[in-house]
Amino acid sequence: MRILLVEDDRDVAGFVVKGLREAGHVVEHAANGRDGLFMAASESFDAIILDRMLPGGIDGLRLLETLRAQENTTPVLFLSALGQVDDRVKGLKAGGDDYLTKPFVFAELLARVEALTRRGKADSVVTRLAVGDLEMDLLSRSVRRAGQKIDLQPREYRLLEYLMRHAGQVVTRTMLLEGVWDYHFDPQTNVIDVHVSRLRQKVDKPFPRPLLHTVRNAGYIMRPDNEA
Amino acid sequence: MMSQVARPLPARAPDAADAPAEPRPRFLPRVRRVKFLRSSALRFALLYALIFGVSALALAIFLWWATAGLLNRQVEAAINADAQGLSERYQEGGLAALVLTIQDRLAQSLDENAIYLLANAQLKPITGNLSVWPGQVSGPDDWFELPVERGSHEALARMHRYDLPGGFHLLIGRDVASRAKLRSLLTAGLLWALLLMVVLGSVGAIVIQSLFRRSLADVSETAAAIARGDLSNRVRLSGRGDEFDRLAETINDMLDRIARLMDGVRQVSNAIAHDLRTPITRARARLEDAALHARDAGDLHAAVERATFDLDGIVSVFQGLLRIAEIEVGSRRSAFASLDLYALLSDMQELYGAVAEEQGLEIELLAKPPLPVFGDRDLLQQAVANLLENALKFSPPGRPILLGAGRLGDKIEIVVADGGCGIPPEDLDRVTERFFRGESARSTPGSGLGLALVQAVMQLHNGSLRLEDNQPGVRAVLSLPAEFNASRRLKGAPAVETPAV
Repeated sequence: MRILLVEDDRDVAGFVVKGLREAGHVVEHAANGRDGLFMAASESFDAIILDRMLPGGIDGLRLLETLRAQENTTPVLFLSALGQVDDRVKGLKAGGDDYLTKPFVFAELLARVEALTRRGKADSVVTRLAVGDLEMDLLSRSVRRAGQKIDLQPREYRLLEYLMRHAGQVVTRTMLLEGVWDYHFDPQTNVIDVHVSRLRQKVDKPFPRPLLHTVRNAGYIMRPDNEA
Repeated sequence: MMSQVARPLPARAPDAADAPAEPRPRFLPRVRRVKFLRSSALRFALLYALIFGVSALALAIFLWWATAGLLNRQVEAAINADAQGLSERYQEGGLAALVLTIQDRLAQSLDENAIYLLANAQLKPITGNLSVWPGQVSGPDDWFELPVERGSHEALARMHRYDLPGGFHLLIGRDVASRAKLRSLLTAGLLWALLLMVVLGSVGAIVIQSLFRRSLADVSETAAAIARGDLSNRVRLSGRGDEFDRLAETINDMLDRIARLMDGVRQVSNAIAHDLRTPITRARARLEDAALHARDAGDLHAAVERATFDLDGIVSVFQGLLRIAEIEVGSRRSAFASLDLYALLSDMQELYGAVAEEQGLEIELLAKPPLPVFGDRDLLQQAVANLLENALKFSPPGRPILLGAGRLGDKIEIVVADGGCGIPPEDLDRVTERFFRGESARSTPGSGLGLALVQAVMQLHNGSLRLEDNQPGVRAVLSLPAEFNASRRLKGAPAVETPAV
């Protein structure tokens, strides 16, 4: 994936660039809004990570508004120290696809950026999801693994659907809380872990090979075992 | 009243007297005067006096014009009519006819105040009731008002001079002595009236100024006290319920709010000083210890990981604090919408029910839809989540946690009750303070911000948080205003628009 990072703090930028490259992405970096806008407008990227407060006269919001005015639909994730709800709303209204507040955990950033690029493809009508021998029929809302029917509660079904839609990709607990429950707060307890482990009991436990894996310090990933 | 008015004057006088002793003697009184003129009480008073004076003057001018002016105009009209007649006679019959007409008119004495004088080119009188041509009448075709000798007695004449073809000069006038007397009487009366109005206007202005001053004195005293740092001062109300009282009330409300915010800021900064230092110190110590004493990369790695974990904790405390502050400022009402609490609560029960089961507990939902409220869904979720997390944290296995909701009058109450160790009565008032953690809670993880946030969310929703003894355990009650007219509002919206179409 080709990613543009517009971030003026050198340490943060260096850390993000290194992390994204380690994850196998091609990263371009711009240290101010002017350069960022120039690069975003003249080259093609799969995703843009954008700081809100930037030097050089063009801040993140204006950069994005300019970009969207030119009908550039590259997915944009805001990475900002402005963390109030209003700031978030402003960022999303300006055309941002996701908003992450500093300080951030790199795994969360990586997972969200990767999820962003998926979003476009997921829009096409899919009626069936499959990971390894696990199959989900979105029309009849039924789940089978190795031909065997699995009964799921409505919420478990939505959790599994979210995980399968993001198969091969790390999904963080916050993403699950937002994507499956539509909650926007940090629970102090391990609620998500409990729900994932319940899902595991039904989807993985009776079968020889697990599909749902825990990624330490990050979240979960759903993938056929042989790819690991 | 007068003493108040006089106040600025004596205050200024000593300054002027002291002035020569000052290093810049001419400067001081000047500065004072500017300040004095900047007083809006004075400006209002002056404006009042000005408007009053201008209208009084306008009235006087109109009266004068309508009375004295009318007399003048009548005289002039009569003279003009005379002149018209005489000039016609002259054109018809020449000088002889004119002389005859003048003599006729004088003999008939149609108007006993009439004055005529016909003179030749050398201003020698030919006929008329004046013996000599008045010396002051020099320019042609002009109006004059002057004393003349008319037969035996003195007269005040208003006259017009006409120059006739052939070098003759004609003076037509009226004796206006009596009219002039009347006019001067009128003028004097009006001038006196004007003077009286000026006096009345000034008194009115002074009254207005002092009223204004007195009404504002309290506000400005309070503001000055606040500026000095004494936030407890409030503006006194006169009890009349007038505009100034309403202003005072608004100012007092504003001051109450500022005081609350200041308290909040103080509390937060104290809390940060005391409670964030501990985890920061811990993280720092761990890193320093690792830098000095780590024996291998594994040790170092573990220490860095622990320190990162500590920092994450600090960040989450910060975010909690900021979130509470954001809610308390009240800027979050933009996200308010009509919502059904029942759906929110059953989702909550589903989310936390799984956690409860893990701990051998159970969350019982006791509620019936619909429970309409007007609020911020995210914040209400978080408030309920915080209460449930507390209940889960302190409940022993086997005792169910109750999550209930219902309507109570015009309120909707949400109850989260556990059978845990409860809150000691002496702590009940303090548990909603930021960072407060009871004795029994010290050993469990947590930041001590949970209930503070619940409290802030409730305040934002005009609701309240009540903590009661559940014998055993805690019964937390959230009380929110119910949205009675939820359906009416939805139906009402188009009805409002219809008349406009």
